[in-house]
Amino acid sequence: MQPNSKETSRMDQIIRRLPYALVALVGVGALMTRTPDPWIMVLILGMLVLGGVNFYSAWRAGKDFSVVDFTIDALRYIIIGLVLIGSVNTLAAGRYTLEQWVNLFISGLAQGSIYALIALGYTLVYGILLMINFAHGEVYMAGAFTTVFLAEALNRSGFLNAYPLIAIPILLIFAAGVSMLVAVLLERIAYRPLRNAPRLVPLITAIGASFFLQYTFRGFYGSGHKTYPSVELLSGTVTVPGILSIPVAQLFVFFAALALMGGLYLLVERTKLGKAMRAVSENKEVSQLMGIDIDRIILFTFAIGGALAGAAGVINGLFRPQGVNFTMGFVPGIKAFTSAVLGGIGNVPGAMVGGLFLGVIENIGPTLVLSGLGIPGVNQLKDVIAFTMLVLVLIFRPQGILGERLSEKKA
Amino acid sequence: MNETNKKNTSFKFNWQGVLRYGLLAGIVLLYVGVIGMVETFNEREVIYTVLTLGQLLMLFPAFVAAYVYASRTMKGSTVSTQHVLGVVGGGLLIGLLAALPTIIMIFISTPLDIRSILVNVNRNWLEVVTYDNRDNLVNGSMLLALNNLGAALVGSVIVLLPERVRRAVVVALSFSLVVGVMGETVRTILEQLIPDEAIDVIFRRRTLRLEGALGIGVLAAISSLFWAQIRSRATSTVEKMPAQQQSMVRYAQYGLLLGVLLILPFLIGRALSDVMVTVGLYVLMGFGLNIAIGLAGLLDLGYVTNYAVGAYITAVLTSTGALGIASTTGLDFFNFWIVIPIALLAAMLTGFIFAVPVLKMRGDYLAIATLGFGEIIYTLAVSDWFRPIIGGAQGIREIPNAMFFGTEIKNPEQLYYVVLVACILTLIVSIRLNNSRTGRQWMAIREDEDVAAAMGIDVARAKLLAFTISAATGGVAGAIFVIKVLTVFPNSFTVFVSINVLSLIIVGGMGSNPGIVLGSLVLVGMPELLREFSEYRWLMYGVLLIFMMIRRPEGLLPSKIRQRELATTESSAPAAAGD
Repeated sequence: MQPNSKETSRMDQIIRRLPYALVALVGVGALMTRTPDPWIMVLILGMLVLGGVNFYSAWRAGKDFSVVDFTIDALRYIIIGLVLIGSVNTLAAGRYTLEQWVNLFISGLAQGSIYALIALGYTLVYGILLMINFAHGEVYMAGAFTTVFLAEALNRSGFLNAYPLIAIPILLIFAAGVSMLVAVLLERIAYRPLRNAPRLVPLITAIGASFFLQYTFRGFYGSGHKTYPSVELLSGTVTVPGILSIPVAQLFVFFAALALMGGLYLLVERTKLGKAMRAVSENKEVSQLMGIDIDRIILFTFAIGGALAGAAGVINGLFRPQGVNFTMGFVPGIKAFTSAVLGGIGNVPGAMVGGLFLGVIENIGPTLVLSGLGIPGVNQLKDVIAFTMLVLVLIFRPQGILGERLSEKKA
Repeated sequence: MNETNKKNTSFKFNWQGVLRYGLLAGIVLLYVGVIGMVETFNEREVIYTVLTLGQLLMLFPAFVAAYVYASRTMKGSTVSTQHVLGVVGGGLLIGLLAALPTIIMIFISTPLDIRSILVNVNRNWLEVVTYDNRDNLVNGSMLLALNNLGAALVGSVIVLLPERVRRAVVVALSFSLVVGVMGETVRTILEQLIPDEAIDVIFRRRTLRLEGALGIGVLAAISSLFWAQIRSRATSTVEKMPAQQQSMVRYAQYGLLLGVLLILPFLIGRALSDVMVTVGLYVLMGFGLNIAIGLAGLLDLGYVTNYAVGAYITAVLTSTGALGIASTTGLDFFNFWIVIPIALLAAMLTGFIFAVPVLKMRGDYLAIATLGFGEIIYTLAVSDWFRPIIGGAQGIREIPNAMFFGTEIKNPEQLYYVVLVACILTLIVSIRLNNSRTGRQWMAIREDEDVAAAMGIDVARAKLLAFTISAATGGVAGAIFVIKVLTVFPNSFTVFVSINVLSLIIVGGMGSNPGIVLGSLVLVGMPELLREFSEYRWLMYGVLLIFMMIRRPEGLLPSKIRQRELATTESSAPAAAGD
């Protein structure tokens, strides 16, 4: 499948369109028969046959046939085909009502806005240093885990439920402060000495920092789960009969995250500090010549990213009952990184879009696609969907949905 | 008192340095207490009734801070009275500062009920840091401060000693302390060599006696005084020999090493052999992953997938339980020796399949994508989807022991030889690869992919080879792991395995085979031997990874090529080195 515009024969063009035909065929087939399994077989066999045809035509034309390129291409069509078969089957079976879909979508948005908040930290740092702050998930954990004690204290004194509109911002600010402190220390101790090292070196440091932070906080607060107290204000639901019933907590998550992201956007676009950040991310040397203190800007970037992650931690804690513990940052950290890449890493609006997108896909995907493929226990497979998204984005669109800006610098 | 006198003399006292090192040591001391390390370590006695591991840990920050401060101050200057006073006075001040944060915590911990937040700031902690004076906090704090002063004093005085004496003292101290910490292990080894009466002079049960510690220290000091001479004489004798004899000496060394490895289980007994099997499994995986990371520069964080595939293949093919292939299909001719090559091939296939999509990615993206693969495999292994095949969270049980010419391989001593053979074979393959054309291609790709491609290297092919070959040993390690534990659960295959292997490669030295062995001994062996360490192993791995990357990126036992490269790239444009 080497695209070569000069000498594409008619045969080549047909061959190139065949995968689409195959995907369409299995989609329609699944819709007609309402059984996934034969069509999955058709899809995979079809791709194998296509591989053979491609290999043959390349051999006839005396060109190189790259197995790797073909496999990656085939992967793309197989995934599209599987998604199609799965969703056609689920929708045709009609097991879920519109209300259920809407609810899944909205809880996906709520989950996604938390990813988006964390993803901003990855994206800001990547935009400036071109490094993945692997320990960012632990920054999120630090704020959430520490603030649970303040929340408990406020709850015991009755303040939390008496004045929730004052208490919740206090919690947010406290968590933001803790996470900011952790992020800044991390930068000073672990990353600054390595600023000019080869790129894998800070990544390994970051992995080390991630484990160090996890087990430090385990040492501080113990290995058990702690839960945030429930706030009465957030415990109701908003109902529109037959269409949707949304828990208030989800609305809170969504709008709180939106407000924070709006604030960040203004900070980056409208303030002098934001201008300096953008300048440093564009070109470090030149901005230094323009009188910008790079070390200070980098520190600020880590601080802002950390603060957002800390706030995200509290928001998450208030809306989910599972509670917080020292490992809570790892998986959301990877997912937030996925969101950042999905939106285009280094791109601030991209991280927001990517986070919401991932949240929705992760919530709807198992029910829509996997259950349609006849897989049992689909809700255990949320993480599989998210990590598969990660790998797929890195393979097919490493510059992300919105990001073109950094694509050449990144590779 | 001392410091105020010195301010009047011409010698410039480094207040800033003292404050910095002192407070740093203080924070570290407070930290190890607050995270519960001191308390956990306190359960192990290093020297009978004199010193526990927790107390040793509390002395450590002040000692190191004073030592570093003193050696920085003394660098390049001759020993004069003023210097001596400055260094010793600074050291004492560092000792005081090091105790300060913990003392503050001692006094505020009870009235503020800090325990309700920081779980480890409890009565046990208080008892340890006040040296059993929980009822009298003032006395306890004085003791803590005095002990820190002592440690800092020793740390700074050591620097002032002449070179040879200093080395002897350091060797003596570290030898007796290491023997003390590893008391249990040392005793088990000694039990095979010398009569029990002699051991009882040195040890009381499993703890080193004070007399024993002193004896070991003196012995170590004396041998360190003569060691340098013996060593230089030996090397000069070898150098004078003709080339043929030199290589014979080298082969004799290898032979000796092999001999020691062969009789090792008889020397160290059952429990330690078990530890050595685990260490060997990690050496095996380290050799494998080293091909990807150390040679080809591909940071693979999903190495555990290969290990898991090897283990699950072995389990499914050999289990006599409900999930085993014998009961599901009736094929019952599989045994461990047939399965090993199958596991190896299956792991290679996995490595190949997972390598294809990530071939075009570089550096950090590759790392995250492979990490994603590891997580996907783990989540699938616990899920209901694959429960009918591999048992979900309950895993696969009822795996029989492997047979070797009619004898069951069931105790660690026997398994040790299985692992040893696997390790030696892998080592040979790894050395041959290192010096092969493919090995050179990998190194070229590691240094610069674009240049390598421009030189005519088929980058995709070389990378695929690296992933596939590195996966192979993971599969073998997984298979051996199964006949060691005889059950397979998804929880044995978390991301921690990958990080563990990565850490030992980084600590030992990327691309260096001896480094990997050393790394496994330290990072895998130590936590297995000492429960205290195993509780904090991930914390220590984290610290080690950060520390090694900042201070010694080439590792403890670096490979020669790598060392040379790092030495040259450091001076010339490091940012351009890329990944």
